[in-house]
Amino acid sequence: MINAVSILEIRDLEVRRGGVRVLDIPGFEVLDGEFLSLIGPNGAGKSTLLLVLACLLPRYRGSLSFRGASVMEGNGLMGYRRKISMVFQEPLLFDGTVESNVASGLRLHGVNRSNIGRIVGECMERFGIGNLKGRHARKLSGGEAQRTSLARAFAVGPEVIFLDEPFSSLDPPTREGLMEDLQRILRETKTTAVMATHDRVEALRLSSRMAIMKDGRIVQIGDPGDVMNRPQDEFVASFVGVETVLSGKIVGSGAGTVTVQVPGGKIESVGVGQVGDPVLCCIRPELVTLSTGSPTESASARNVLPGRIVKVIPMGLFYKVNIDCGFPLTAYVTASSVENLTLAEGSAVCSSFKATAVHLIRK
Amino acid sequence: MDLILEGIKQAISLLFTLDPEVLGITWLSLAVSGAATGISLIFGMSVGTTVALTEFPGKRFVISLINTGMGLPPVVVGLFVSIFLWRNGPLGFMEILYTPTAIVLAQAIIATPIVMGITLAAIQHLPRNLRLQILALGATRLQMVWMLMKEAKLPLLAAVMAGFGGVISEVGASIMVGGNIKGYTRVLTTATVMETGKGNFDIAIALGIILLLLAFAINSLLTAIQQQQRPR
Amino acid sequence: MMKRSYVRTAVLAVFLTLVLAVGMAANASAAPGKMKNLILATTTSTQDSGLLDVLIPIFEKKTGYFVKTIAVGSGQAMAMGAKGEADVLLVHSPAAEKAFMAQGNGTARTLVMHNDFIVVGPPADPATIKMTKGATAAFKNIALSKSLFMSRGDNSGTHAKEKGIWKAAGINPEKEKWYQQTGLGMGQTLNVAAEKKAYTLADRGTYLALKKNLGMDILNQGDAILLNVYSVIPVNPTKFKKINADGAKAFADFILSKDTQKIIGKFGVEKFGSPLFFPDAGKKEESLGK
Repeated sequence: MINAVSILEIRDLEVRRGGVRVLDIPGFEVLDGEFLSLIGPNGAGKSTLLLVLACLLPRYRGSLSFRGASVMEGNGLMGYRRKISMVFQEPLLFDGTVESNVASGLRLHGVNRSNIGRIVGECMERFGIGNLKGRHARKLSGGEAQRTSLARAFAVGPEVIFLDEPFSSLDPPTREGLMEDLQRILRETKTTAVMATHDRVEALRLSSRMAIMKDGRIVQIGDPGDVMNRPQDEFVASFVGVETVLSGKIVGSGAGTVTVQVPGGKIESVGVGQVGDPVLCCIRPELVTLSTGSPTESASARNVLPGRIVKVIPMGLFYKVNIDCGFPLTAYVTASSVENLTLAEGSAVCSSFKATAVHLIRK
Repeated sequence: MDLILEGIKQAISLLFTLDPEVLGITWLSLAVSGAATGISLIFGMSVGTTVALTEFPGKRFVISLINTGMGLPPVVVGLFVSIFLWRNGPLGFMEILYTPTAIVLAQAIIATPIVMGITLAAIQHLPRNLRLQILALGATRLQMVWMLMKEAKLPLLAAVMAGFGGVISEVGASIMVGGNIKGYTRVLTTATVMETGKGNFDIAIALGIILLLLAFAINSLLTAIQQQQRPR
Repeated sequence: MMKRSYVRTAVLAVFLTLVLAVGMAANASAAPGKMKNLILATTTSTQDSGLLDVLIPIFEKKTGYFVKTIAVGSGQAMAMGAKGEADVLLVHSPAAEKAFMAQGNGTARTLVMHNDFIVVGPPADPATIKMTKGATAAFKNIALSKSLFMSRGDNSGTHAKEKGIWKAAGINPEKEKWYQQTGLGMGQTLNVAAEKKAYTLADRGTYLALKKNLGMDILNQGDAILLNVYSVIPVNPTKFKKINADGAKAFADFILSKDTQKIIGKFGVEKFGSPLFFPDAGKKEESLGK
């Protein structure tokens, strides 16, 4: 489905707002057919990058090319704009019915009436809003409105669709349903998508690639699993949900593993390195297992650390447990585990994780 | 009290007997103020939209200038238009002082900032990303402006109403640049002032009532459209 | 769908009306433009009495000129003439007219008609001017009793006359509390005076026209100083290029003609029982009021 061919490419991009540099990206590409998520905190430049890719914001410097052809600002822009589409956080529907909203892009493109009717009908069915066609846009629920907005964006048959926090204003069940439908439709229509979001769960679920942004720069881009498990630096680590980041020094090295001395203990990790090298140990909370029995129970794990529970925080579907095992460690456990192991603040517990669960960042 | 009743009676009889002079005055008022409003819509909406959609240094100043213009006193406009249109004034060669055209011109000057200011506010009040959304759907700049205007049509209708209401009820400029010439530049407001001066209060009241009815009829039409558009 | 098309039709209707209106207005201003325009600057009393409504259509029909009557005070009418913004004047402020002529602003000043000014006030007559002989004495009484007096205060012919009487009486009322200026036309000044139970100086024509609603009486009349003389003055075309000199001459000839003078003499008889103006063409100013 994804060809390793780039559909959009940016070189030496710089964008300024009020004289201040807000984007600085030396090189970046979107691959044909992929779903690329841009994630980062507020103000990282995700939305700005989307607008630049859609050619809706002027570049201070740099080039944008679409399928190898340069996209210039000014003349010739219309041709490009009619190959793309965009959906914002707010549905931004026009005053009129659902049907007329879905048709609006096609009308702007000058598509003839009979074709509009057919395409709009198909599109509304696809997004499950066929029954709403005569409803006024102002009388839709949040989910219905965003479906209409997406249908409107898809109706023009874009090659690339830009999504700016499209699910952020929706409640969880509505969001679920819409994400599922969107994923299906993207697959069916083979449309390339670039989405800006601050929600890594959303990004993980939909993306084939993920880019982490900070202060107008892309700090890491790659396969979602890769980014999640092998963050490049402390910022990415914290942003992708690595709860435990420990600064330490390699004290032992051998056969593809190293031993890292961290304040209050030692950690075994896969990897290579020189003794004395300073490193950061990243441990994802869902890779930490807790037990109350004797340490031998989890023999396959290289790191088995007795400790004491500092805090148990309910997170909805799971619990976040802070443990003191010489150094602070965080684990995610299920509700049933909490019950079975009778985890409580102050009780003794044994934490274990594999050497492969530790990701080392060289300083 | 008798006077008011007499005035209402007179108004009804003037209306129902289709008094040609009163009809002429009424029609002229409508035509002149309608034309002035039309011109102010063309200038007010285009400039208002342009200012709303473009960023340029001094934009704030321009906006406050437009907002000040919304309260332009008609007599001041009348004075300046007269000075310009005097035979020996800079635009004297046009020879339009004391003609309906002069009234249209003065009233258009009064109404334009009103329409401009309301248009500006209406377009600025639209969601910020709406412009980008429309462009992202493949709209040309012209299509984008047209769609924004469609989205802001309710406040824009208010602009039409405010502009028309402002000029049809205006008297100072009309009398100064029109001269209240019988059968030529006499409009409802100037005729009302004159009839009051002549002591013909019944006719003055009658003219006043006609003016009110006219303003009411036109505003109800626009309001009806506005209410139609509002989703229930 | 029904609703939508209804709305669309309504919007279209409004738009069409506007377009039509623009066309209409353009038309209206174009039509008389083909004729030769003549600007007549005159005092409000000639218009408010209705005399011009009778005379102008006859003149237009006869000569084909299109008359733009601008009814303002005599002072403003002469100011327009002095700037070349009017072609012919019909005014009633002799002293100012003489100055206007002395400055070479007019080609000729010819007596057209006269009526008279009257001193009106509340029937109770607090200043007891009904008994006094002459307008000057009446004004003195008003000043002495500090009775409220409404002045036009607008440089009109009436205002000029009133100032002349105060001067003759040796009184400067300008800063007195009982002396107020309306800055309005004759009709409105009479209304204000009636409301405030004040005295005022009015021309007989306007007073007669408004009498029914006023509740004010004529308290002093007949003095030679109260004579109200109207003259016609064509504006001097040598000073300004754009003056319609032929039209101005035609208007002066018309208003002085026998037929017109007859109409002036009869005007108002039907409505008020007595004429509002007395035709004076061919007479000398000095011979009036004697």
